[in-house]
Amino acid sequence: MPDGLFIRVDIAESVQGDPELVQRLIEVCPVDIFDRAEGGVATVAENLDECTLCDLCIQAAGDDRVRVVKLYAE
Amino acid sequence: MRFFEFEAKQLLARRGVPLPESRIARTAEEAADAQRELGGDVVLKSQVLSGGRMKAGGVRFAGSADEARGAAEAILALPINGQHPQGVLVERKGEIAQEYYAAVTWDGRAKRPVIVFSDMGGIDIEEVAEAHPDHLSRTHLSTLRPLSDYQAKLAVARTGVTGGDLNRLARIVLQLARAFREHDLTLAEINPIGKLADGSILALDAHMEMEAEARGAHRALLAELGIPEHDTRQARPPTPFEVAGAEVDAQDTRGVAGNVTEFSGSLGLVIGAGGGSLTLFDAVRSAGGDPANYCEVGGNPSVRKTAALTRLIVSKPGVEKIAVMMNVVSNTRVDIMARGVIKGVIEAGFDPADKIAIFRIPGSWEEEGFAILRRYGVEYVDRSVSMHEAARRAVAKLAGLDGG
Ligand code: SF4
Repeated sequence: MPDGLFIRVDIAESVQGDPELVQRLIEVCPVDIFDRAEGGVATVAENLDECTLCDLCIQAAGDDRVRVVKLYAE
Repeated sequence: MRFFEFEAKQLLARRGVPLPESRIARTAEEAADAQRELGGDVVLKSQVLSGGRMKAGGVRFAGSADEARGAAEAILALPINGQHPQGVLVERKGEIAQEYYAAVTWDGRAKRPVIVFSDMGGIDIEEVAEAHPDHLSRTHLSTLRPLSDYQAKLAVARTGVTGGDLNRLARIVLQLARAFREHDLTLAEINPIGKLADGSILALDAHMEMEAEARGAHRALLAELGIPEHDTRQARPPTPFEVAGAEVDAQDTRGVAGNVTEFSGSLGLVIGAGGGSLTLFDAVRSAGGDPANYCEVGGNPSVRKTAALTRLIVSKPGVEKIAVMMNVVSNTRVDIMARGVIKGVIEAGFDPADKIAIFRIPGSWEEEGFAILRRYGVEYVDRSVSMHEAARRAVAKLAGLDGG
């Protein structure tokens, strides 16, 4: 089974060098999909399917830096 | 939650309802002491949360301390319907001239409380209703207006009781109705109320049940009765399946996905939404279905929690398919529910298209939910298909018939 059955969240490399944005992503996601990892940010595999599609992460980062992918729509 | 008889009688005693003098005994020796204190003939009653005590040998009589000790020993060693007695209620026994029945409960159809009264007490009230309907009255109460003496009197008088008995019985019925309302009871029953040879009228047995959700509002009362918070008082101990359901619900605080009750059928149910669980359970039964469980889902539970509940239900031995059905939802998201049940079925090692007989949850985010269901080949319907029709289709599908 993939990390998320229904949702994948892609984080652009450029986010990793932006500690303020990393912090914002961790703060805005209501279901804890983002967490600190190796000085940057990574997704929490077991929380991915909880994504509420609220777009708060995209509003924080811009849709070119964070992408929320609906795997069932692919 | 059900009260033991001695606790129900404490609730009545606080309201001035006349009762036989009694003692609660935890040991045979205490029962012998109780007989000595009360004197004369006594009745000893097993304190279990179950009916059928008389038939099972849980009610005995004694005229001396030795007899009381022997009777209590026998009662304390006797489980009734799998329950071990929590004590023996020792009561003074009187000569009964006539028995009455009084209860206050909810009339689901009228959506109001109802007083049920009969001048034929001491026997199964359903039997009286069937064979002697003229000996039984039903008097509905308002949920808004205060209770009145008149309503209690009316309930008793409708069975033809008059004079002093009418007044004495009406006072008991009024207090029973007040207990029902003030303690958030779902049932307050005295069967029988006995009229003794000397003309006095006493509540001889009492059965009360409190709405489980109301426990928090009555903490002080329950503490006074000595009932600890962890004492759930279910009529039977929960099955391992039900315990697992409660654990699922407790795993996070988001929404509800639990309150599972085990049945023996082959159609697993993931059901809920504002009373929808009861309606849907009944709908499955009236369509000839045989549910494997009852449960309650609502308040937008997490995908994790819904998946865990689904896994539990779909993995239950004997479950062939599950039906996922709710009323129209507004505060639960259809797509989150769809993710949860599909994930649970896959994690249990099954194909959602095969295992989910029907998915009928219309409401918030339904287009997103339907997209998920389509992706996994799960049959779904929207709100244009009623809950009853959805239940019928699920039952037909399980029976190998074309549900559509
Ligand atoms: S869309 Fe919302 S829930 Fe999903 S990852 Fe972004 S912030 Fe979290």
